[in-house]
Amino acid sequence: MSDVMSSNEKVHNLVIVGSGPAGYTAAIYAARAQLEPIIYEGSVTAGGALMNTTEVENFPGFTDGVMGPDLMDSMRKQAARFGAQLITDDIVEMDLKSPIKVLKDGSDNVIRAKAVILATGSAYKEIGLENEKRLSGRGVSWCATCDGFFFRDQTIAVVGGGDSAMEEASFLTKFASKVVLIHRRSEFRASKIMVERVLANPKIEVLWNTEVTDVLGEAKVEALQLRDTVTGSESKRDFTGLFVAIGHIPRSELIVGQIDLDNEGYVKAEGRSTRTNLSGVFACGDLVDHTYRQAITAAGSGCQAALDAEKFLSH
Amino acid sequence: MSAAPSVTAANFDEVVLKSSIPVLVDFWAEWCGPCRAVAPILDEISKEHGDKLKIVKLNTDEESALAIKYGVTSIPMLNVYVNGEVVKTIIGAKPKPALLKDLAEFI
Repeated sequence: MSDVMSSNEKVHNLVIVGSGPAGYTAAIYAARAQLEPIIYEGSVTAGGALMNTTEVENFPGFTDGVMGPDLMDSMRKQAARFGAQLITDDIVEMDLKSPIKVLKDGSDNVIRAKAVILATGSAYKEIGLENEKRLSGRGVSWCATCDGFFFRDQTIAVVGGGDSAMEEASFLTKFASKVVLIHRRSEFRASKIMVERVLANPKIEVLWNTEVTDVLGEAKVEALQLRDTVTGSESKRDFTGLFVAIGHIPRSELIVGQIDLDNEGYVKAEGRSTRTNLSGVFACGDLVDHTYRQAITAAGSGCQAALDAEKFLSH
Repeated sequence: MSAAPSVTAANFDEVVLKSSIPVLVDFWAEWCGPCRAVAPILDEISKEHGDKLKIVKLNTDEESALAIKYGVTSIPMLNVYVNGEVVKTIIGAKPKPALLKDLAEFI
């Protein structure tokens, strides 16, 4: 992209890449600071992970909870109200090392900016089985709220032990006749309230110390091959659906090699700031967060990123 | 929701299976976030390539018999029909360049 860098098109103050709670909050703060930010929301991922959730009960300020997509829609409108320019496209290439950052979007537009906030979030983690990929969308799913409806009166499996696995399992009992929650350890790492809900649900059976070693079926999921992680014994059990909720991986693939990442692919931020090792590049949300991964912490770090970017731009 | 015309069990034969040009059926539902995301992209593709590829949508809540018949377990699911047969299935929302690539043989 070096040839386009030498042309003298408009250089924006700030481009925000990604549009979950982190990206939108960064946009709200940056727009109110009159930085005229451009936010690339993503063509199919706009709104981020919360677009695939239902009720969010722990976002402060919503006494009765709020639907994930509604919360994101409100954040989006709030950013737009202060003048953030929202673009429903993907960034497909970034050159972040020079003082003027150059980004290319999915429609081949080239955007230049003095500062960039990365808020690309995370993607669903896969178990890593060949047949999991092959049967994806044919019984294997990563989104209960998207696909649960199609498993009415069926027996389905959920794999995982965190909050999202609990949420998926509980949600799926609305449709499925039975949900079997498969976890490779003997306890869940999910929050207590979610675990209690799962254990109290008569439609949910828990298989502790169990891992999925294969997904069986020709054209669609028919059964799972399971292994007891303690005894090592193998078994086969019939399921028509497999929902994978074993966590997330940071979406840092566009910036590998340009920016310092840790060994799991998360962007490294400096101390308590959102500054990366590249001048003028900031990172926030799930892209940097191993630990908390909440809507409210993502929003908080989006705010920090906007303030860090504002300070950087004022110098 | 996309601007594409809806198909139902009543007109599926006529509009989809007996079409003289390939037809993309967007299996969607109101509650599906990724369906909402892909809808405007399909509208754009329809505007640009509508002469070669007809794009219609099918509400899986209202037309569950057709959804079951075509084995939908994940939406959005985009099926391309040529001469009444499914010749391509695209599962999940994808950015426009990726969809155009998947649909290259029809447009």
